[in-house]
Amino acid sequence: MDSLTQLIDGFGTALTPTHLLLAAVGVLLGTFIGVLPGIGPAMAVALLLPVTYGLDPTAAFIMFAGIYYGGMFGGSTTSILLNTPGESAAVVTAIEGNKMAKSGRGSQALAAAAIGHFAGAMIGTVGIVVLAPFIAAHAVDIGAPDYFAIMILAFIGVTSVLGASRIRGFASLLIGLSIGLIGLDEMTGQSRLTFGSLELADGIDVVIVAVGLFAVGESLWIASRLRHGNDGPIPVGRPWLGRDDLKRTWKPWLRGPVIGFPFGAIPAGGAEIPTFLSYVAEKKLSKHRDEFGSGAIEGVAGPESAASASASGTLVTMLTLGLPTTATAAVMLAAFQQYGIQPGPLLFEREADLVWGLIASLFVGTVLLLVLNLPLAPVWAKLLKIPRPYLYAGILFFASVGAYAVSGQVVDLIVLFVIGVLGFAMRRYGLPILPAVIGVILGPAAEQQMRRALQISDGSLTGLVNTTFSVVVYAIVVVILVWPLVRRFTRSRQPVG
Amino acid sequence: MTETTGTTEKKDRSELGICALLAVLGVLVLVDAINIPTDFAQRGPVGPKAVPVVVGVLLLVVAVLLARDVLRGGRGEAEGGEDVDLSAPSDWRTVLLLSAAFLANAALIGVVGFPISGAVLFWGAAYALGSRAFVRDPLIAAGMSIVTFVLFNNLLGVPLPGGPLMEVF
Repeated sequence: MDSLTQLIDGFGTALTPTHLLLAAVGVLLGTFIGVLPGIGPAMAVALLLPVTYGLDPTAAFIMFAGIYYGGMFGGSTTSILLNTPGESAAVVTAIEGNKMAKSGRGSQALAAAAIGHFAGAMIGTVGIVVLAPFIAAHAVDIGAPDYFAIMILAFIGVTSVLGASRIRGFASLLIGLSIGLIGLDEMTGQSRLTFGSLELADGIDVVIVAVGLFAVGESLWIASRLRHGNDGPIPVGRPWLGRDDLKRTWKPWLRGPVIGFPFGAIPAGGAEIPTFLSYVAEKKLSKHRDEFGSGAIEGVAGPESAASASASGTLVTMLTLGLPTTATAAVMLAAFQQYGIQPGPLLFEREADLVWGLIASLFVGTVLLLVLNLPLAPVWAKLLKIPRPYLYAGILFFASVGAYAVSGQVVDLIVLFVIGVLGFAMRRYGLPILPAVIGVILGPAAEQQMRRALQISDGSLTGLVNTTFSVVVYAIVVVILVWPLVRRFTRSRQPVG
Repeated sequence: MTETTGTTEKKDRSELGICALLAVLGVLVLVDAINIPTDFAQRGPVGPKAVPVVVGVLLLVVAVLLARDVLRGGRGEAEGGEDVDLSAPSDWRTVLLLSAAFLANAALIGVVGFPISGAVLFWGAAYALGSRAFVRDPLIAAGMSIVTFVLFNNLLGVPLPGGPLMEVF
């Protein structure tokens, strides 16, 4: 096993004292930011990006692995104790978890979530070790038309599968694609949408777009509708599980990743569907079905484990194909690009040390998460009491630091504000944020692949569909697009009765 | 594709603003694309114009479709959240004050340095959001701003402008 020796080398990189310390700091910072109400994992990762700017790539990504898992775990703490899912993947956890906390079983809910995360991340990371080199090896052979097809699938996936309104999803995607056009055309060097401005010629940094849409947009939106007089968070002790709870949770912990990982690994996945499926499955299989809806521990353990494994799955597509399918993975990709590293099939050859160091740190980060966060949970719970003015003032403060740190230019702060206002408007009128971020990141890459494919075919459009792979992917795209119409048609023909 | 939240007549119309925004953006992208000179330096059959033209046209199409959806009674579902009270009217005063605090940082950072402009941002934002502790707020703002400066500039190797305040040290 070649990847096994490389993984062992990776552990050699990850387990040096400096890197271990960085991973621990990353886990703590990630949890700290992720626990804060209103901050989901994507925003946590985006806000913490500048912390890693001064480090070398390997050290930065080891810290990043910690931030990533810490942020995700922090989010589930918030949804259990405050009933505020920081992201859509944690929605299901809030259903049962918050009920458990209200009936005095908060410690058990937190423990079920923490160990669920641990199990999901462990199994998911093993999945990465097995699957990623395999996909990378095969993806080396796939060409421009195939890439373009996968990217179209990702675009259609994030706009159609998620969210309530497809037209609003497409509007968001097109806004993102337009922002991605700003700057010099990579193939001819001609400027597009720069309006003669030198600052815009480099394009708008993806980090600024992400921080603007997530952090600044969110703060402005909340400022416009700030709720006064919240219910306080539910106080909680040290997480623990009794023997009865363990009996009920160990199977959901192991079943979650089976559902979560594959969904994360396909380029139109996300964590909403697998967490929901896991919830439904646990409800069906549970001996305590009557407890569902009033605080069943299986309903926390399964979905949390599924969410965590799904996050690992998204890393497979992100690392091997350069395709992010969740907001958090999108920000991770932006972090790679900051260092001039382009994830894709060649990453495993060119940056083997870095990739395997990162994968090893995912294991290390997972263990650290469990070791550090079980005892610290009561401390994190206190963070939920932070006064809202300080919370959102702090978010704007660190958003500004992050945007300024990208290149040290004041104009970036103005751009950040404009994008923040856009994020505000999108929230108010129900345009989802994720398609825009995916559009900014994948738009330019998709254009390159499309033009390359047409260059090879000498301008003939058949150049986009001349491989079996691309035809299959387009077929999936058509199914996703047509499915709701078919369903509406069959429904109207069969009267409910 | 239509979801209704109890909304007023006023919001009905204001959502058309999003359609207008998309349409304006579409025209902007199209006009810019048409003005790209393509007579030189083109590699391959597809030049730098093609994608902007497609994006621009799609923006116009989506603007029209969204307008149709809105006029038929479709509503974008405003994003909820623990700190969001959807039944309350928009509080524009808070939004404007918050924006002012944010832009003050952008205006001041080059002149007085991050430690001061960052503190202004934090205090201003906390004030905008309703905090009125006139001793504690500025102290927290100054503390955060200085600690962040030292942490980023001196420990993490991410340069921030110190301004006149830091030259004293």
